[in-house]
Amino acid sequence: MSATRAEIAVVAVAELFRGDGEIVASPMGLIPQLGAKLARLTFEPDLLMSDGEAYLMTTDGVVEGWQPFRKMLDTIVPHGRRHVVMGANQIDRYGNQNISAIGDHARPKKQLLGVRGAPGNTLNHRTSYWVPRHSSRVFVDAVDVVSGVGYDNAAKAGPSAQKYHDVHRVVSNLGVFDFGGPDHAMRAVSLHPGVTRDEVTAATAFAVDLSTVEKSREPTAEELRLIREVLDPKSLRDKEVPA
Amino acid sequence: MADKRTTADDVAAELKDGMTIGIGGWGSRRKPMALVRAILRTPVKDLTVVSYGGPDVGLLCAAGKVKRVVFGFVTLDSIPYDPWFGRARETGAIEVTEYDEGMFGTALSAAMQRLPFLPTRAGLGSEVMRANPHLRTVRSPYDDGEELVAVPAQHLDVALVHLNRADARGNAQYLGPDPYFDELFGLAAERCFVSVEKVVETAELTAGGPVQSLLLTRGAVDGVVEAPRGAHFTTAVPDYGRDERFQRHYAACAKDLDAWPGFVDRFLSGDDRQYLSEVDKFEAEAA
Repeated sequence: MSATRAEIAVVAVAELFRGDGEIVASPMGLIPQLGAKLARLTFEPDLLMSDGEAYLMTTDGVVEGWQPFRKMLDTIVPHGRRHVVMGANQIDRYGNQNISAIGDHARPKKQLLGVRGAPGNTLNHRTSYWVPRHSSRVFVDAVDVVSGVGYDNAAKAGPSAQKYHDVHRVVSNLGVFDFGGPDHAMRAVSLHPGVTRDEVTAATAFAVDLSTVEKSREPTAEELRLIREVLDPKSLRDKEVPA
Repeated sequence: MADKRTTADDVAAELKDGMTIGIGGWGSRRKPMALVRAILRTPVKDLTVVSYGGPDVGLLCAAGKVKRVVFGFVTLDSIPYDPWFGRARETGAIEVTEYDEGMFGTALSAAMQRLPFLPTRAGLGSEVMRANPHLRTVRSPYDDGEELVAVPAQHLDVALVHLNRADARGNAQYLGPDPYFDELFGLAAERCFVSVEKVVETAELTAGGPVQSLLLTRGAVDGVVEAPRGAHFTTAVPDYGRDERFQRHYAACAKDLDAWPGFVDRFLSGDDRQYLSEVDKFEAEAA
């Protein structure tokens, strides 16, 4: 029973939350949600999880808290006990993320969502990213519109921007990346089974350090059972990350 | 005793060219769509629209009512992008002030508290500062000496929100799980107009929900519009959820400039009674 690429990615996202303890996990999108739930069902049972609306829910579906959007932005985000996994239309080597617009902000070629909470998230608490299709159009040399703030821009903006800045990792369909290179440059932590270094190099517009890369962890039998039977019995994960 | 009941068209008639209008709700959730459609029927133009944006922003852009949008996002939730907002941005038809979601609330809070600004960490190092060169920072006068963004108060001429219940005097109640930022919109505005699913006797408010659900007191409300299904096609839970089929139809027509005039003719050219009647027919066609 070997794991699919989507299942490897779910486990990689789950690993983002290892050691987080009793904080609010805010996973945006399907694979991040599956990963956060898997973490909570296994090694991080104390994670607080939203239902995507105003409720905090236990894994049994019991409401254990009220967290409407205003409370999220006024108190949860600046208070800092939160780890968000956001998407990224573009991301660069220093962890700047763009979900706002492609092209010049004044007159974009393509309007996207807007910066949403990315500027505040990245300055207040741990932020990770999930990219389902790793390509040089996403992993770009420089993002068009800085929504989530990367290490270089946080440094330029000064101590208040850096005080709680913590861009943790990027998980893609190819591997897991951190910002442990020189000047916080992106570095490959692990590649998913079957992924080659050349594949990552070709799909990344900037040079990414692959010198210390390992193989991403395979799910345990129990993790596979949870993913397949409990968390995603309809296999929606395969639509986001084809095998 | 003031009876503040009015109509959507009378509320829309209060708007003047160039006004700054705050619109409550969040994305495609509890938007005062009956009031927005009433604006579409007026000649008003050059509006600054302040919104956690959904189809309210798209429809006002489509009708050429908008000069500037102040926003942190525009989304239809189950459909990521509003086609009309995208078109307005990509053709340069509108100006924008783009905020982080939290900064946006901070700007409303400052206006509500009659402060010139409030400090926040959010925005530093991001496009928000670059695209809004008028934004200033402020240094903490205390030992930390932190330099933070001074978010200017976002004053509103008029706020439009949609809640579930109100009495005729303007005490207004939400019955869903999330108040969104409607209280801030109401209190940041010179005048606040509330549409509701149903106008009820005052005593029915606390009979129908906990006292904490009374979001706006009558002192902050200038007009009450009874507008059943007034948030359609956005959500107004628990009264109804989002009309996903209709929203898909809106987005498909908004994407296709050949299809859009048909949507306008059918759904937006008449009054609200006609809108709801056409929506009913649209639903019956699918059944």
